[in-house]
Amino acid sequence: MPGLAIQVERCSVVIAIGGIPVRVNTTDADFLEMLQTRYAGFMGAESDAEFEFDVDLSPSASSNRNADVSVEHRSGRWFMERGSFRAEWNPATRRGTIYQTPNAYSIDAVLRIVHTLLLAEQGGFLLHSASAIRNGKAFLFAGVSGTGKTTISGLAPADTTLLTDEISYVRKLDDGYFAYGTPFTREPANRGENTSAPVAALYLLAHGLQNRIEPVAVADAGRELLANMLFFAEDPDLVHRVFQAACDFVHRVPVYRLTFVPDARVWEMIG
Amino acid sequence: MNRTLYVARSPRIAARKLGEEMLVMSAQGSTLFTLNPTATILWQAADGATPLEEIVQRRICSEFEVKREDALRDAESLAEDLAKHGILLISEEPIANPPAKEQPRP
Repeated sequence: MPGLAIQVERCSVVIAIGGIPVRVNTTDADFLEMLQTRYAGFMGAESDAEFEFDVDLSPSASSNRNADVSVEHRSGRWFMERGSFRAEWNPATRRGTIYQTPNAYSIDAVLRIVHTLLLAEQGGFLLHSASAIRNGKAFLFAGVSGTGKTTISGLAPADTTLLTDEISYVRKLDDGYFAYGTPFTREPANRGENTSAPVAALYLLAHGLQNRIEPVAVADAGRELLANMLFFAEDPDLVHRVFQAACDFVHRVPVYRLTFVPDARVWEMIG
Repeated sequence: MNRTLYVARSPRIAARKLGEEMLVMSAQGSTLFTLNPTATILWQAADGATPLEEIVQRRICSEFEVKREDALRDAESLAEDLAKHGILLISEEPIANPPAKEQPRP
């Protein structure tokens, strides 16, 4: 019927994390603005997008809000689901769709999952760790919640560039492992810088009565690295890639136990 | 009468020797295991074609001072335990499909 046709305007942003630009399309201007705010500093150019997702802001996206995350590979596509979203992604076409309500956490979760899948293909990974650049080298500080990732980030001296206080992004490139800044954080104010540097060391954090650095045996390093890697799927090929990525990393990058008291002197031992 | 058992590495696992320890990760629950020296020998020899009895005779009795009968009983128990965790396959027939390979150190 002439005059009743409504043109839906599609808007998009390109979110470039770890140097991998992902275009996100939405028809909702408020959601677009939220993305631009949340991922400020990680926006890429339209022409650079390597992957693309359409976001369907459907109120029925969630069936069970308390469900655990599920990631499955079927017929060449990845299917991801948690209480607040479901998504599918075809690596061959580089396109996918996210069904979610208008919130930041769902798309953040999808992006984390997609990046873990992309990184695993290349021998990289996301890690529960803080990371920072000092003197041109990146240092990772891994540990579960409560081991001091945020604390050591907060103690970093002025000549340090914080990449993240929560989720580190590690890529394996031709000339070694590189850590990249990420926007993956619960507190937007703690967002890392969008930059990168070669990884010089991984520190496994522990609280103690004095500052101390000790080398970690390679098998222990592998076990602890695997325990701190973000890993969502039980797909055998992916398990194989993630496992080999961890083993390769601990053979090539020094791993230490960093026991520290919460004061800034710990940084005299780093960098 | 003793049964002949064959063991093969499950294709649904990834494994690598780090230092002196063999780490094995199963796709089933993404669970990580560390194999003891005997389990490592058994896992490395589990090609699906060599009977368990022969593995015990050639690889375990020659390495450890242990009676063949005791070693075989322990190996059967260990193999069943590893099978429960999805690390090994056990069969009374040779297992045809090539098993998962341990990744070499880079």
